Amino acid sequence: MRRFAALYEALDSTTSTNAKVAAMVAYFHAAAPADAAWALYFLSGRRLKRLITPRLLAVWAIEETGTPPWLFDESSGVVGDLAETVALLLDAVPRRAAELFSRPGRADGSLEPVMLPLESAGIPKTGAADLPLAGLIEGLLLPLRDADEAAKRAAVTGLWAALGVRETFLLNKLVTGELRVGVSDTLAVRALSIRAGLAPAVLSHRLMGTWTPGAALFEDLLRPGASETDHSQPYPFFLASPLQEAPDVLGDRALWLAEWKWDGIRAQLVRRQGTAWLWSRGEELITDRFPDLHDLARALPDGCVLDGEVLAFAHGAPLPFAVLQRRIGRQKLTPRILAEAPAAFMAYDLLEENGTDLRTLPLHERRARLKRLVSQAAQERLTLSAPVTAPSWEALAAERAHSRERAVEGLMLKKLDSAYLVGRKRGDWWKWKIDPYTIDAVLLYAQPGSGRRATLLSDLTFGLWDAGVLVPVAKAYSGLTDEEVDALDRWIRQHTVERFGPVRHVEPVHVFELHFEGIAESTRHKSGIAVRFPRIARWRIDKTPPEADTLAALRAMIRA
Amino acid sequence: MADLLIETPEGLGCPSGRFVIDPLLPVERAVITHAHGDHARAGSNFYLCQTDCAPLLRRRLGADARIQTLAYGERLSIDGVTLSFHPAGHMLGSAQVRLEHGTSGVWVCSGDYKREPDPTCLPFETLRCDVFITEATYALPIFRWDDPAAVAGAILDWWTGNAGKASVLFCYALGKAQRLLAELLRKTDRACFIHGALEIPCEVYRAAGVKLLPTRLIGDEKRFAGELVLAPITARGSPWMKRFGDFETAFASGLLRVRGTRRRRGFDRGFVISDHADFQGVLRTIAETGCSRVLVAHGYRDALSRYLREERGLDARAVSLLREPDAEGD
Repeated sequence: MRRFAALYEALDSTTSTNAKVAAMVAYFHAAAPADAAWALYFLSGRRLKRLITPRLLAVWAIEETGTPPWLFDESSGVVGDLAETVALLLDAVPRRAAELFSRPGRADGSLEPVMLPLESAGIPKTGAADLPLAGLIEGLLLPLRDADEAAKRAAVTGLWAALGVRETFLLNKLVTGELRVGVSDTLAVRALSIRAGLAPAVLSHRLMGTWTPGAALFEDLLRPGASETDHSQPYPFFLASPLQEAPDVLGDRALWLAEWKWDGIRAQLVRRQGTAWLWSRGEELITDRFPDLHDLARALPDGCVLDGEVLAFAHGAPLPFAVLQRRIGRQKLTPRILAEAPAAFMAYDLLEENGTDLRTLPLHERRARLKRLVSQAAQERLTLSAPVTAPSWEALAAERAHSRERAVEGLMLKKLDSAYLVGRKRGDWWKWKIDPYTIDAVLLYAQPGSGRRATLLSDLTFGLWDAGVLVPVAKAYSGLTDEEVDALDRWIRQHTVERFGPVRHVEPVHVFELHFEGIAESTRHKSGIAVRFPRIARWRIDKTPPEADTLAALRAMIRA
Repeated sequence: MADLLIETPEGLGCPSGRFVIDPLLPVERAVITHAHGDHARAGSNFYLCQTDCAPLLRRRLGADARIQTLAYGERLSIDGVTLSFHPAGHMLGSAQVRLEHGTSGVWVCSGDYKREPDPTCLPFETLRCDVFITEATYALPIFRWDDPAAVAGAILDWWTGNAGKASVLFCYALGKAQRLLAELLRKTDRACFIHGALEIPCEVYRAAGVKLLPTRLIGDEKRFAGELVLAPITARGSPWMKRFGDFETAFASGLLRVRGTRRRRGFDRGFVISDHADFQGVLRTIAETGCSRVLVAHGYRDALSRYLREERGLDARAVSLLREPDAEGD
């Protein structure tokens, strides 16, 4: 735990990619395999299920330390994070429970750490701060899943008494299911590949999908050329980079495949060993979410993997993303929902055929095989993403101008001789998206952001005019520079009209230009409209609230 | 029993003695607790400060300023008000102001203070009083300082660990920088570089007999690999930094106790060390003074005064003295 805490701190305190990789490599060398497996679990963005709510942790800490609740809230407003507030408070305030044991104090007034009855959890009594990460999680935390509140509290407060401030912070993040480490999973894979002496692509493939951390898993990961045993595993997705300039810079049009950028769920359909699995780009297994794709999957020959897009599709044409989104949001897939938003798989690429990895073949070869496979399967719900054949970049730009009518986000440009790489590698695949929707809205509410901006009021809600009143339409938190966020935070604190818990209602003074990707009617939003991926384009200091847009103008975009 | 100190537009004023403590605006008689810029402002006619504070105050006010000094514990009668300075432990020459006058009882204004050991100044002296005016820069229960010797050890480890690079440590040029240099001297005698803004404060401290790590000015030096450099935070991101080539940065401040601040400030390392009292330090101090009334100035005034009223049964109130948002020398 101490070693993992040190790794967390090293990763948390630097912005240098090299320093992060070096810290992870050193950790992977030093840590026991079982601990390293758990570390990798978190480094690759996976999380434990929430065992305890942050608020409950706060209540326990308030009671343990005898802190007035209002003072705790005051403090958490400064810290911006409950789990951290609890850790800092426990570190700084002598505890009531501790006083009961009347333990001798240290010279500086702090209390000696207490030993826990850890042996009951099968953990050697060597001082809890040195608890192995795997032992802590598997021996103490996971068994709490079915425990009652009293048992949870006893376990957590017992650990609090034994851990230092950094370890307590991590423990709080673990039990609330909020532990995030500031690295991308490609960076974690890079570090692991240095540790293992294997290619990153091999490791990222081995790490795809769901897996249970354990010493055996970590040792398997490091084994040179070990055979892949999990047939469900997809390949790491190859991601396109945004094209910021005109496509002329890409050279000869004839060397590129152009296809529509469909607006659905990017996914891989894996067909092996008589079974099929559907994986989303977020490495989530979504097979069960799409029973209407099971027939087509079964119709595919064994040993093949398709890359494509899951879309809501009816009468031979894709439906807007909002239709698919309604379906994703449902707990239960009723026949009615399946009928309203029937799914289809739009195939982009063929990554495996007859059990052979095709990723190093040129794209035109993979596409030829894909075309054959799709036509042989002859499934209504499986289509090939058709090339957009406009012969010049200019003609292609003209086609792209009609993207919205086609319910697509723009064009994808892929080099015909490109291999299927791992992650976001610039050069061979580009996404040439259409310009976002844009609207000028007034800042109405603010609340603390998360992560790096947890102490700043950077989670913002914006409104548009409707019959003389500003109606909230979108929340956005990205797009401002750090300086702008700082300045806005100061302004908000001085111009708060009203507070509802963490949310501040501010004077309607500032106008911001918002960009977003999609727009749809919604019964769940006060404005009756839901916008997709809203973000702040710029702070319109040149505009006053009366110059902001109206809800009617936004509504008109739905029909546009 | 009349209040010996009251809030005035000029700051915390003593009507009986006709002086103002750390005035915000020019006054006839200014009593200065310490030489940081947010406490020692130019423009007043007469200044009174503690002996070790005077050279630092002189640097700030210029050669013409009229400054009278008083040693710690020495008493001075001003229009019948008995005034004395007592160590506040904040920095060299920092003082609490003790006032006594007729039936008003004993009043103590803490100025900025801390309870942790600091090799550059005398430790905070506890004074019994009726009314205590405390600062509250870090008076929330989340703030607690580690042993400064341990922080110095961490700085030394960081410096040693950056073998091929310069280690640029940002800190307040007056007070914090000298405290770090004095703490580091207990662990090493290796010289470090200092930014020009630290030169005079270091000279004044040395002249007062404070032992600091040997320091060198940057001058025309070209090679900084493996060297420690202390610089004011204003040097960050300036062209002055270019000379260091490959470097790591760190900041030493109590603010960095909070992770969000550490991350947002974007330093490679943060060392949590402050010259202001932490929450327990403030509470302990108030208890030790035996006071029944507390006035809270600076920082988390409202939170601390409410806590003292509701949890400790004290007559506590926040006083608002117009101040710049960030306390100096934290």
